[in-house]
Amino acid sequence: MRVLMFGWEFPPHISGGLGTACYGLTKGLYSVGIQDILFVVPKAYGDEDTSNVDIIDAGEIVVSERTIDYSSFFRQMHFIEVGTSLRPYSTPEEYEILTSVDKTDSRYLVQSSFSGKLSFSGGYGNDLFQEIANYAVIASIIAYKFDFDIIHAHDWLAYPAGIAAKLVSGKPLVVHVHATDFDRSGGKVNPGIYEIEKAGMEAADKVIAVSNLTRNIIIEKYGINPDKVVTVHNAVEPIADRELQKRARSIDDKIVTFLGRVTMQKGPEYFIEAANLVLQKMKNVRFVMAGSGDMLNRMIWRVATLKIGSRFHFTGFLKGDDVHHMFSLSDVYVMPSISEPFGISPLEAMQSNVPVIISRQSGVSEILQHAIKVDFWDTHAMADAIYGILKYEGLPQMFKIHARDEVDNLKWEHAAAKVKDVYLSIL
Amino acid sequence: MRTICLYFQIHQPFRLKRYRFFSIGNDHYYYDDYLNESILARVAERSYLQANKVIRQIIREYGTQFKVAFSISGIALDQLELYTPEVIESFQKLAKTGSVEFLAETYSHSLVAMKNKEEFTRQVTQHREKIKQLFGQEPRVFRNTELIYSDRIGADVADMGFTAMLTEGAKHVLGWKSPNYLYCNVINPRLKLLLRNFRMSDDLAFRFSNRGWSEFPLTAEKFVTWLRKLDKNEETVNIFIDYETFGEHQWMETGIFDFLKALPGVVYKNSNFSFGTPSEIADNLLPVSTISVPSPISWADEERDLTAWLGNELQVDAFNRLYSLTDKIWRCDDVKIRKDWTYLQASDHFYYMSTKFFSDGAYQVYYNPYDTPYEAYINYMNVLSDFSIRLNSLVPEDNQDMEIASLTQVISEKDMLIGKYENEIKRLKSTKGSSPAKKAVTTAKSAPKSKHKTISVKAGKK
Repeated sequence: MRVLMFGWEFPPHISGGLGTACYGLTKGLYSVGIQDILFVVPKAYGDEDTSNVDIIDAGEIVVSERTIDYSSFFRQMHFIEVGTSLRPYSTPEEYEILTSVDKTDSRYLVQSSFSGKLSFSGGYGNDLFQEIANYAVIASIIAYKFDFDIIHAHDWLAYPAGIAAKLVSGKPLVVHVHATDFDRSGGKVNPGIYEIEKAGMEAADKVIAVSNLTRNIIIEKYGINPDKVVTVHNAVEPIADRELQKRARSIDDKIVTFLGRVTMQKGPEYFIEAANLVLQKMKNVRFVMAGSGDMLNRMIWRVATLKIGSRFHFTGFLKGDDVHHMFSLSDVYVMPSISEPFGISPLEAMQSNVPVIISRQSGVSEILQHAIKVDFWDTHAMADAIYGILKYEGLPQMFKIHARDEVDNLKWEHAAAKVKDVYLSIL
Repeated sequence: MRTICLYFQIHQPFRLKRYRFFSIGNDHYYYDDYLNESILARVAERSYLQANKVIRQIIREYGTQFKVAFSISGIALDQLELYTPEVIESFQKLAKTGSVEFLAETYSHSLVAMKNKEEFTRQVTQHREKIKQLFGQEPRVFRNTELIYSDRIGADVADMGFTAMLTEGAKHVLGWKSPNYLYCNVINPRLKLLLRNFRMSDDLAFRFSNRGWSEFPLTAEKFVTWLRKLDKNEETVNIFIDYETFGEHQWMETGIFDFLKALPGVVYKNSNFSFGTPSEIADNLLPVSTISVPSPISWADEERDLTAWLGNELQVDAFNRLYSLTDKIWRCDDVKIRKDWTYLQASDHFYYMSTKFFSDGAYQVYYNPYDTPYEAYINYMNVLSDFSIRLNSLVPEDNQDMEIASLTQVISEKDMLIGKYENEIKRLKSTKGSSPAKKAVTTAKSAPKSKHKTISVKAGKK
């Protein structure tokens, strides 16, 4: 079985959970016998791990003049030549990266005529939509050039590519929903993105959701037939033990960490309110908010208003090793997300033996038992849980023994086996 | 004479309210009154009162031929008195019939037997007194919380003067032996042991309404044919179950009350069995052998061990934390502290912290107020923190503290004396009277040494 997979990024060039998830999934698929995967990313750098997949750089496909009819949501698209990279869409720093796209570097001469609905005012530049369209164009070329049995598209940016490939090849399409715009926007859904998402889900033969939470959104908000939507929970790559080495601490205080984008979706304000409650009762504790985002300034302001600044620290955006470092310093990790389709970072924290508190409004709470679960808005429960972990020895002991085991058992092989079942059901 | 021994257990814990850490030091009331009262009212109406009615009818029909035994934990009695006194009254009527035996247990339905013999004995004494006071009986037979038993616990119970004890007929302890005989403790053979026939007990308690069970539906007739099939030499069948089996675990609609109603008649008609209380059985039968139980057993789960209460780190930590206070409790006679101490020991608090049920996904504990074991632990530890603070303020922390406390008490007493003398001098100066000095000395000597003084001084020092 050969799978044509459309993603948007692939390790080591990742900026969010999507790339990590795609990598884990392809590795998992490899181990369950699906070893022939064509993975398309807009720009391949050449140093990707290709042991399990063939990476195709969408930018390298030379395109000759063609006219294709995309009846579903692009009216008609003419293009002449695509000679350059498309920009990988990245999650954590989407805002900043997108606005810093170097437009002079763009050499593509694509003329697309989107339906008028796709134009919008908001965070993303129109360039993003154009890139998505270009990606779809290239997808159709790839669909011509290569042989494959099934198409698998990850998240909305790749849906148009998936649809295009399906139109050209007639092969079945699986779309993999890692997030919906309802999660990202906190309710203020962008109609352009919604339209692409819905089109992708409707065109798909099967929709994979990363959690039951996401599955419900797909069914209720996008009106997709429940029989078509399958939940496959994500997993986590095991980390080598040497990465777990605790680094020396410079302070004796306990550290409670929030790590993620400082955006509405992640619920940073609830973390601050809980911190304030804990600090009323406890002195030897510090709170860290690691990450950046459009709510960062408001959060700093809130911390100042509460006069807890001497105990509350902002680190800005953390990458790679710094993330592990942060975990190794932490005594508690809190993920107060308002709406989290899955949420991989608590699993990473657990790998570092850090006890986690997660919101019930996260997909990962569906599969974790050795985690404390609270409603994101219940700052009293959140504060109580933080206090409990810091104060009562039983909890860290318990987590040390069981949480690591639990997370080590969340293997990509298991997830991949379910994905394989999905493939087989539509072949 | 072969006997069937019916024994029913009644226990309800004082469930804790949601107690956040900000309440520590401020709020000293720990219980969810609404929840406790509504559960009690519900169980009393659906189970206890109904079942008592059936048993009264049976006794009216068969007189003292019919026998049954109860043990009601002290905490359950407290709650029944508080919320549904009619249940107490109903049991008092049963107690007068002469067909009913009340057993002793720990007042708190606690796991103290695992920890501290002195405190264990104290709680059992407390429960014996309560039973005496309410039902006019001196319990001779003991049942430990959740039928927990080991050789050592058995020896402790014998030391308290009991003639017999109930426990589980656990397969891994009995091996090829049958639970349907009387056994005795290996350390002190004078303590007789009645072992629960877990197959027949669980048929009633768990499988009665299970339509997937091959023996469904279970009738009194079928039950008695099983009795008749037993080996002719087997002497006693011990059916030990929760009283809530009637009407609560098995709803009235399943026919459980009809089963109970029909059972005595069918037993007398179709078999050579009769009914006996645990103390009668202990008196009448001879133990066939000792039973060796080096590590504790219980009637819970497949494993029949203690892992449901003391199986994980949360439970062990909370348990040790609780009993680290024992010494101080013994030095404290505050009524409220004693009461909370009693209620906080209930085994249920530890059961809610169990993670055993994660694996089989059956985490549906009866009336568990918590969503997860972690919540249960945090809530309990918050309460325990507040309790410790209260206890520490009444009982000084260590020797140094005690010394300081007693010195400050001496100083404050002397201050008071000086004040008194000054007043006296003033009085003497203003009025010329007869021999006041002698009087002053006597009053000083008999000045009461009040506890309150110590407290206020200590608080001031902090």
